[in-house]
Amino acid sequence: MSTRNNSISQGVDWMIIWLYAVLVAVGILCIFMVEYKPDTNWVSSFIGGKTSYSKQLIYAVLCTVIATFILLTDSKLFTAFANLMYAGGILLMLATFVLGKNINGSKSWIPIGGGFNLQPAEVCKIFTALALAKFLSRQETEFTKPKSQIIASLLISAPAILSIAQHELGLALVYSSFLLAMYREGLPAQILIYGSSFAVLVIATLVVERNTLAIILTVIAGCIFFILRKQARRNRKSLVLVVGLWLLCVGAQRFVVPYIFDNVLECYQSTRIYSMVGKEYDCSQNKKSARKEGEKAAHKPDDYNVRQSKIAIGSGGVTGKGFLKGTQTRGKYVPAQSTDFIFTSLGEAFGFVGCFAFLAIYLFMLYRIIRIAERQRSTFSRVYAYSVASILLFHIAVNVSMTIGLFPIVGIPLPLISYGGSSLLTFTILIFILLRLDADRQMVLR
Amino acid sequence: MPEFNQSRGRIVQIIFALVFLVIIGQLINLQIFSAKYKLAAENNAVFRKVIYPDRGIIFDRKRKAILENINSFDLMVTPSETKGIDTFALCALLNIDTAEYRKRIHELIFKNGYVKTSVFEALLGPEMYARLNENIYKFPGFSLYERSVRNYPYHAAGHVLGYIAEVDTGFLRRHGDEGYQMGDYTGFTGLERTYEKVLMGQRGIQNFIRDNKSRIQGAYENGAYDTPAIAGRNIHLSLDIELQKMGEELMQNKVGSIVAIDPRTGGVLCMVSAPTYDPNYLTGNQRKKHFGELLLDPRKPFNNRGLSTYYSPGSTFKTVSGIIGLTEGVIDERTTVVCPGYFTGCGTGKPKCLDKGVFRFKEAVAHSDNSYFSTVFKRLLDQPRYHGADSSLTVFNSYASTFGMGQKLGIDLPSEKKGNLPTSAYYRKIFGPKWYSCNIISNAIGQGELLTTLTQLANVMSIIANKGWYYTPHLVDSIEGGDEYNMLDPYQIKHRVDHRIPDTVYAAVHEGMQAVVDYGTAARSKIPGIVMCGKTGTVENSAKVNGRMEKQQDHSFFGGFAPRDNPRIAIAVICENAGQGAWAAAPIASLMVEKYLRDSIVGPERNAMYEEFKKKEIIPLYMRMEIQKQDSARHARQIKQMQEKIEKGEPDSTETEEFIPLYNEPPPTNNKPAPKRKTVISAVLPDERKSKKPNGRA
Repeated sequence: MSTRNNSISQGVDWMIIWLYAVLVAVGILCIFMVEYKPDTNWVSSFIGGKTSYSKQLIYAVLCTVIATFILLTDSKLFTAFANLMYAGGILLMLATFVLGKNINGSKSWIPIGGGFNLQPAEVCKIFTALALAKFLSRQETEFTKPKSQIIASLLISAPAILSIAQHELGLALVYSSFLLAMYREGLPAQILIYGSSFAVLVIATLVVERNTLAIILTVIAGCIFFILRKQARRNRKSLVLVVGLWLLCVGAQRFVVPYIFDNVLECYQSTRIYSMVGKEYDCSQNKKSARKEGEKAAHKPDDYNVRQSKIAIGSGGVTGKGFLKGTQTRGKYVPAQSTDFIFTSLGEAFGFVGCFAFLAIYLFMLYRIIRIAERQRSTFSRVYAYSVASILLFHIAVNVSMTIGLFPIVGIPLPLISYGGSSLLTFTILIFILLRLDADRQMVLR
Repeated sequence: MPEFNQSRGRIVQIIFALVFLVIIGQLINLQIFSAKYKLAAENNAVFRKVIYPDRGIIFDRKRKAILENINSFDLMVTPSETKGIDTFALCALLNIDTAEYRKRIHELIFKNGYVKTSVFEALLGPEMYARLNENIYKFPGFSLYERSVRNYPYHAAGHVLGYIAEVDTGFLRRHGDEGYQMGDYTGFTGLERTYEKVLMGQRGIQNFIRDNKSRIQGAYENGAYDTPAIAGRNIHLSLDIELQKMGEELMQNKVGSIVAIDPRTGGVLCMVSAPTYDPNYLTGNQRKKHFGELLLDPRKPFNNRGLSTYYSPGSTFKTVSGIIGLTEGVIDERTTVVCPGYFTGCGTGKPKCLDKGVFRFKEAVAHSDNSYFSTVFKRLLDQPRYHGADSSLTVFNSYASTFGMGQKLGIDLPSEKKGNLPTSAYYRKIFGPKWYSCNIISNAIGQGELLTTLTQLANVMSIIANKGWYYTPHLVDSIEGGDEYNMLDPYQIKHRVDHRIPDTVYAAVHEGMQAVVDYGTAARSKIPGIVMCGKTGTVENSAKVNGRMEKQQDHSFFGGFAPRDNPRIAIAVICENAGQGAWAAAPIASLMVEKYLRDSIVGPERNAMYEEFKKKEIIPLYMRMEIQKQDSARHARQIKQMQEKIEKGEPDSTETEEFIPLYNEPPPTNNKPAPKRKTVISAVLPDERKSKKPNGRA
């Protein structure tokens, strides 16, 4: 694979490039299905460049140019400028608060002229991945020490917090995917376990009534205490631990979780999360939306999007309705179908078989990236590769899950498939920097 | 370098796999095991358009279409596409103002949404259609939609043909399993109701794909699941529309009914119920208004008086009691009875008889002698062989019921009533167990508790004409393409009346009935050249006037058939409150018979009679008073409105609709006291007369 004479293709992993090309092609096809109208001549509208699918093709060509350019650069460039780019990225994000342009209710875009807008939070993913890799690959960093762990966490949380400040919850959540990369580098497993335990607790808080849950938690604590009663006699610590955990859990379910829903999240976000478990959220409790009542009308809570997207995917059945025959797609029942809900057109047209094959391509690509990561000699490249894999996984998992009703709706695109130039460009840069680093894996030992 | 973390790479891979497994799991759940999403998608996207077939056409016995379909046009509008049209020009075409236009559009948007096409104005007149069709291209968003509407080219036989109307919730509840849905039309009365299954045809379905705003995107699966509409079947009636029309003319400005039957087949030749209405009133865009007017009219024009109004048959019933008396042997043709002015048999002086003298059977029929038939009836009930009036009446009823009295005949029209043939049990309740013949002597002359419908009476005439058999009266002769639902089978069965009655009895009755027309009570109605048999009837009755039951002018009855040999028409006529049978019912019947048998009225005398009865106005007094009440109440309302307007200072308002009284001038028909009417009016609205002048009543 790495025996080519050409200087660009020297050591480049062609398998990833093929997968990349296939996915971008599938994406354009999906957008075509969404936009297709039987009574218009699609060839002429394709050439005319007025439709989304032809625009996406233009973006793809542009991305190819940029990808080639990245492959032509020296990999040292990325290690050298990682911190600088990160700092620049943060600055850009801060700049949005001043220069920001309001698009779809989120003030996270900077107009860069010519009708193009830049979303720094989106681009910042690349810089954060590079910065994290840079930090972890320093000679003096010992990631087993809490101090390094905290610094690494701060690196990640800075853009995440800024994203939340810009009302881009989805983008902020993406930064949590770096935890996986950090876990690979030695972050204690407990953090992941605690994190997922907290998630379980949050879901339990939503599903079970407050007092009932408190009683259940008390009973569990009592059981553990009963099992550990012999130990407890000898060792007071475990008793304190159990009581402390119990206090923490009850405190979380009684105060922290309601506080998050009422004060941290927007009304519509809380509503979406509640509707996931089939409950209604009372927006009058939400302080945040109450505060800005005067600014704009509250979002209308509705699970229309999820319902229609589930109908589209569910109606696909085993083999699907066939290419361009999806009634949900043709009837435009699913909102934002060419961007966030692009998976629905695939699910409706090609059914379970199509979805399975499509997800298999994704999974194969992810495993390929992990394989690439594990064959790196430099920590920088490995951490970066894991970051790329984690970001991709997070996007795929969250996007697909929200279309099939497993996750609340957050505006996260499906990598390389969803319509949108900046999203495609971001993932192209992410992947091709990885390819460049991988091509030079023999060169450096950092 | 933390090489010891290598194993964690494996764990990360497992985490990746788990995430994908969860997603695949949910996909299996959604796509393979949940059928509801397929259904939901179909409900979302597939729009089933019902294609309504043309309803079947109804022809009369001479193959003239009397109920057909014409194409009418609805003006449709899609509010979302009407931006920037010349509203003013459109309003000028439609004769409405822009405020009205805006109001209607707003209502439609409220009802059907912004992007849906809905009816802006239904059932345009031909002139309006022509005007709009030329200019419709100027108004995007507006279109003309063709649809089929029922049309009655002869403007007649509304009661028989019935009308169709949109189904309501009550109808849907009753006919839940017949596939009707909101917005469908169905026959509500008359033949449209009875033969709904045949006339409606089979609805078709077209499947379309629609988008999230219910706009049609094209055919679903290229029409693979579409079914075509099958037109309704045409039906042919025994009705003669010319005869029907003439009957309606003769009965105009009267209340009553005419039923004529072809005795050979049981086919109904005409069924007139007066007052009637032009059935076309109930099809156009003014349907609602007309319907309301007809419904509120005190003359009750929706009531089919041939089928669902009870009358005492009066003296026409003497034919039946005569037949029974002759058959039972209580009299024979030579039996004589004396009339000294009243019936002597019961000692009450009742019933009275008009022509004094001695009568044999034939003369008794001819002069409608009450005394004779009271004697017959009394003898029938007092027959010793049946041991008492109780069982004798049961025997009498067993005869009478074979003549189709006291039961529904089974005609193919809805809302037929069954009449009343009073039983001995009924009289036991009233008069106690020891009741006897004199208690119910008025039944002998067709008064009392005996009630029939006019169709039953016509059927009796048909039986007498046939000498003892009949087919159930019916309107439909045949259904094009076969009688799939066996709806006509009951009309193929020949019914025989009581077999004990010999032909000689019928001959005797025919003899008497011919004498009625030749020189008896209906001598004025003799048709030159046609031997008609008949029997007049004069029925005492009462009605509620000013809250009191009062005796009214007699109902005029006639039943008969013609010609005597090989009868081709049996007829029964009632003209309410027109006095003796010979005054109105008999002449009308004779004109109808002549028209049917000869196709025209021959001779100046007969034509003069025809004109005379066409012009005659005989509206019962209590109805006239109701009409006056309605008119004056309306009049008073209008005057009040005008006065308010004048007070407000808008004297030259021309919007007040012209006052049109329902019933223009009370006819100076018979001898009912006019002053009484005036007092009634003043009692209702004392100030109405005072304020009448400024309006300038026409």
